[in-house]
Amino acid sequence: MRKILIAATVVMLTAGASVFGASAADKLKVGFIYLGPIGDLGWTYQHDLARQAVVKEFGDKIETTFLENVSEGPDSERSIEQLARAGNKLIFTTSFGYMEPTLKVAKKYPNVHFEHATGYKRDKNMSTYSGRFYEGRYIQGIIAAKMSKAGVLGYIGSFPIPEVISGINATILGAQTINPNIKVKIIWANSWFDPGKEADAAKALLDQGADVIMQHTDSPAAMQIASERGKLAFGQDSEMIKFGPKAQLTSIMDNWAPYYIERVKAELDGKWASEDTWGGLKSKMVVMAPYTNMPDDVKKLAMETEAAIIGGKLFPFKCPVVGQDGKEVECKGGDHLADGQVLGMNFYVKGIDDKIPGGK
Amino acid sequence: MGLLEAIILSVLAASTPLLIAATGELVTERAGVLNLGVEGMMIVGAACGFGGAWLTGSTVIGALCGVVAGTLLSLIFATMTLGLAVNQVATGLALTILGIGLSGLIGAGFVGEKITPAPHLYVPGLTDIPLAGRILFGEDAFIYFSLALVIGIWLFLYRTRTGLVLRAIGDNHVSAHALGYPVLRIRMFAVMFGGACAGLAGAYLPLAYTPFFIPGMTAGRGWIALALVVFSSWRPARLVAGAYLFGAVTILQLHAQGAGLGIPSQFMSALPYLATVIVLVLISRARTGGSTAPAALGAVFVPDR
Repeated sequence: MRKILIAATVVMLTAGASVFGASAADKLKVGFIYLGPIGDLGWTYQHDLARQAVVKEFGDKIETTFLENVSEGPDSERSIEQLARAGNKLIFTTSFGYMEPTLKVAKKYPNVHFEHATGYKRDKNMSTYSGRFYEGRYIQGIIAAKMSKAGVLGYIGSFPIPEVISGINATILGAQTINPNIKVKIIWANSWFDPGKEADAAKALLDQGADVIMQHTDSPAAMQIASERGKLAFGQDSEMIKFGPKAQLTSIMDNWAPYYIERVKAELDGKWASEDTWGGLKSKMVVMAPYTNMPDDVKKLAMETEAAIIGGKLFPFKCPVVGQDGKEVECKGGDHLADGQVLGMNFYVKGIDDKIPGGK
Repeated sequence: MGLLEAIILSVLAASTPLLIAATGELVTERAGVLNLGVEGMMIVGAACGFGGAWLTGSTVIGALCGVVAGTLLSLIFATMTLGLAVNQVATGLALTILGIGLSGLIGAGFVGEKITPAPHLYVPGLTDIPLAGRILFGEDAFIYFSLALVIGIWLFLYRTRTGLVLRAIGDNHVSAHALGYPVLRIRMFAVMFGGACAGLAGAYLPLAYTPFFIPGMTAGRGWIALALVVFSSWRPARLVAGAYLFGAVTILQLHAQGAGLGIPSQFMSALPYLATVIVLVLISRARTGGSTAPAALGAVFVPDR
């Protein structure tokens, strides 16, 4: 009797699964792994906006699933595999730390396609994509140098990794085109997200004489402090003007929607292939928020710079790039630094009066 | 505003949430209950505190919402650990996880909204005194309230009979029970007080520190509050010193970085924790004869009926 019961249960379960499978088979299932909560107003929030754009674009042809607050490292492997096993055919893993886990799951599920953000390891069923945020930083440097009365910029960094360091360098290179003697004070929060600490860092920078604040951390806390004190600041990842209507100059916004739509379309058409995409202002993966709280001539200059970068006439890391030691950096990309040099940047350019923490 | 004054003001603001949360936990632990759910109660306090202030426009109502939310959450903990005698460590950790999830749910509706930060006091004449005036009379009320709270708790623990009973229960619940003291009832009030303080500390973040709500904005402050209680060896006066020391090192390391002193920032970020550990070692070396932890801390008590 017991055996019959078990057998019956198994049959029912299989039948149930196959019925369920059949109804879902018409739809392409797309999965997303997020680092933070979708309401973080920054990094994860922008990824989820893009997911919503994908849903809007393809309607009931697809079905999306997302897992939020997935911590980086080995733990994320289970979450990624869970999405693969649930029948998702295209999976976006949206943070640097998911690189190895994604690669591992990709090898296990050769028929599933993976898209990993900001990494550098690929496979035949695993693509990578990222934004050239340093292009926006260069424009911010120009604006900051124009707007700073003290000639001192305050920069809040997260971790001293190449992406953040290339951002600082691009900022200072842009600023030097306006004011060769511009100074930058850098404070590392050693966190991507700690509103209280970001606010404290902003206060410390302002107290030490900086009058324009820029950040590579995720919350609008620094913007609010600048606004409170009547100083200027740049947003990060998303539009933060609400937190500093009189303070925000512009913001570098991550715009993943066009890329996600393109990739889902390729998957639907059966044309998906492993690629490496590094989009900037030109492909609109990086978008500048409206230029506000600045005189018209600065605004014009910012827009011209943006147009020049988009037109391929201006490269933030145009050679010669001179390092802190006064030596020219080897120019591997013709008249500008090669992508690989920017992706692995581990030095400060001349004019930054500080040392990379833990660096040479 | 001079640099020194600016630094002191930043330190006060950074230390206050730690001090409030740690004061509550100190009372809880003095009654012999270890509630590791401070982080969870704080973040729910932050979500509810912001929600209350955003809906009504009042900082006071926001703070009350935070207090109520923290208390309600601590009641779950009290029911589990005191009523059902479940393991306190496991329940506390579960409470933190629950709180983080719950705060995201509560806060989903007002992420991205902003409120007017808590008003700063202004006492005519006094606030305008150079240097000290702004520090002593010109910040938000939470800062002064937190100090009054610690003094009140000190008086309660060491100068009242109920305080003595509470400490006795924390040291030996069997004896206290034999003497006829209501062990579980007093522990429940201690847990609720801890919850109320954690909720208020959480509410301080979106009401005064960074006036917006984002999930996870407590960023580990609940755990630091827990560590501060150990650091203080369960004494209110040392708690104040510990909280301000921690806040001061946190702020000073940021200033040192901005000044370009060239010390690796990873080391600087670890400095507050390092300082705490060093002081802890010094205290325990100077002490003679046994631990100062409440003897019954974390032990489950089931009265014989």
